[in-house]
Amino acid sequence: MSDRGKSTRRVGPLAGRPEEPPTLDIDALLDDLDTRIIVCTGSGGVGKTTTSAALALRAAERGRKVVVLTIDPARRLAQSMGIETLDNTPRPVPGVEGEGSLDAMMLDMKRTFDEVVESQASPEKAAQILANPFYQALSSSFAGTQEYMAMEKLGQLHKDAIKTGKWDLIVVDTPPSRSALDFLDAPERLSSFLDGRFIRILLAPARGPARLMTAGLSVVTNAMTKILGAQVLRDMQTFVAAFDTLFGGFRQRAQKTFALLQAPGTAFVVVAAPEPDALREAAYFVERLAGEQMPLAGLVVNRAGRVSLTGLSGDQAMAAAERLDARADDSATVTAGLLRLHADRTRIVARESHLRQRFAAAHPHVPTAVMPALSTDVHDLDGLRQVGELIAG
Amino acid sequence: MAPTTDNQSGPDPRWDEVLLHVVTGKGGTGKTTVAASLALALASRGKTVLLCEVEGRQGIAQLFDVPPLPYEETRIASGPNDGGDLYALAINPESALMEYLEMYYRLGRAGKALDRFGVIDFATTIAPGVRDVLLTGKVYEAAYRNKRGKNHRQYDAIVLDAPPTGRIAQFLNVNSELAGLAKVGPIRSQADSIMTLLRSPRTAVHLTTVLEDMPVQETTDGIAELRKNDLPVGSVIVNLVRSNELDEEARDLALGGGLPREQIEKDLDRIGVESTPEIVDGLLTEAREHAERRALEDEQRERIAALDVPTYELPRLSDGVDLGGLYELAANLCEEGLA
Repeated sequence: MSDRGKSTRRVGPLAGRPEEPPTLDIDALLDDLDTRIIVCTGSGGVGKTTTSAALALRAAERGRKVVVLTIDPARRLAQSMGIETLDNTPRPVPGVEGEGSLDAMMLDMKRTFDEVVESQASPEKAAQILANPFYQALSSSFAGTQEYMAMEKLGQLHKDAIKTGKWDLIVVDTPPSRSALDFLDAPERLSSFLDGRFIRILLAPARGPARLMTAGLSVVTNAMTKILGAQVLRDMQTFVAAFDTLFGGFRQRAQKTFALLQAPGTAFVVVAAPEPDALREAAYFVERLAGEQMPLAGLVVNRAGRVSLTGLSGDQAMAAAERLDARADDSATVTAGLLRLHADRTRIVARESHLRQRFAAAHPHVPTAVMPALSTDVHDLDGLRQVGELIAG
Repeated sequence: MAPTTDNQSGPDPRWDEVLLHVVTGKGGTGKTTVAASLALALASRGKTVLLCEVEGRQGIAQLFDVPPLPYEETRIASGPNDGGDLYALAINPESALMEYLEMYYRLGRAGKALDRFGVIDFATTIAPGVRDVLLTGKVYEAAYRNKRGKNHRQYDAIVLDAPPTGRIAQFLNVNSELAGLAKVGPIRSQADSIMTLLRSPRTAVHLTTVLEDMPVQETTDGIAELRKNDLPVGSVIVNLVRSNELDEEARDLALGGGLPREQIEKDLDRIGVESTPEIVDGLLTEAREHAERRALEDEQRERIAALDVPTYELPRLSDGVDLGGLYELAANLCEEGLA
């Protein structure tokens, strides 16, 4: 966005030296009964959903009663938790070991939005809203609706958890936005939009006295009619008028959930990959959480490269491979290949650890867990269990 | 090898007609990197190229290490001799709308009033489809401005760093997004002209992926959706491809634990690397992990091959993508014939 408003301006840290950050103690976090909500955030494509699911499973198998809200899980991951069908309801995950329990669900953003409307408006009014093209666009494709609905669902699950005692830990995945900040900004954007000046203008002619029609306003409506056509303007007015009574409710709910995110029982886990973009996003997010007084548990760096062999440096391996090549006999090509493979991995690991050190120098107090890249995909609970073990270190 | 205009392996003729290259991809697959490399590759063929971004992330500026891009075409790279020029533009819907109003309606005062009353905000955030019409509309304007005969820069190719795969068909299908809303009026006819370009052979939508389950699945779904909407699928660009240090036979052996340990020890000793058990075990473990990953990747490669779409591959650079890496990737695309 060209303008994210003043609250989202970046405020960076001051001087620092690269050093190893403290280790994120995942098990202590999961075992602490005061941890009621864990929110996994990060930019798209860093493995947030897998991380959320793995943390949830690990917590459950350590005795917690857990519900995990995933946003858009990979097919295999969803299969591994038995939630292939998207029905907006938490379902028990079969095969969880131990005393605890794990329920999993996938967010259906449109369904969640519809439910909010249905719970807030009379049946006729709800039907009218649900059929309006503006509502349909808002509920299915407005950038930010998914974030808003993830928060809405979190609020519902939290209320449910308190009422029924079914769960003592909620793990939330966040939508795959380009920017992790969207998760915090979108609800505010949506509610400030719904509360915006323009909405009030649209409402004014319908109910206000004619004197509200100032000169400026008629310029605006004339221009709108010219560009969009009169019918669009009418649709918009119908939508806004129908939605009007709900606006207050929406804003209140968003504020409540925002407060929940600041509460002491909440822990944010920022997920990143060891890439410049993902770590930059993570840095912004860490700084923002501090600014919002939201509790940060730590950083999980996914998909880190690793070497199984530490006794041979990348340069040594590369030089050795070249010496073997020079001998030009076939039998040595496999060995040369192994050495090159090792050299390549060493370089990747060196670059990644350099990136992590830069992050740590700027944010020395952020506990960090490094999760090595797996050579296979997660497609069952065992795979998820293994991810949990690796994150916990 | 540096890309040059007289590169012996010319571009694949199937892209000759294409004016607009739309590059999409799942988050984390390197969509922006690929778009930038393609733009560089096209410019290296002597073309005047415009690289656009529409998500307000300033990804191009970061990649090319230049200050944040304004809403104005800015030259960011230039080829040697007869090489082409590369311009970049960050399109935001607010500026696009103001420009549009200015251009077609000369709305001086009303434009400002619209902004003051939050209409610009409204139109660009919620009015369904309007945001996307504005973004694609600006691209359309850059593509066809020469026809209006003004003294403007003309582009031989435009590369659009588009929204992610999950949203690409919706983003490009501006017409149906507006359906049910603007049935008549200027916005509607603007959308119609954009749609004509997007559905024509002058457009190609390239999907960036990596060799992992979910990105490949999204690519498959994305292609199906594009085809359903009559949008022209260009190619699949497989990014971050692992190096190929072991041949298939060696990888099979590595998977089964059958690599010739004694031979490896002997080779190491021969060149003066002490073949301790730690070193040999480490090398063998790394080989097995590599082979496992490659086996999964081959599965994904087969799924991509089954899509029956031209496919290009870009290597994973072990030192990451910096400006130098970008040129290397661009050279790859030239060699493979995408540009």
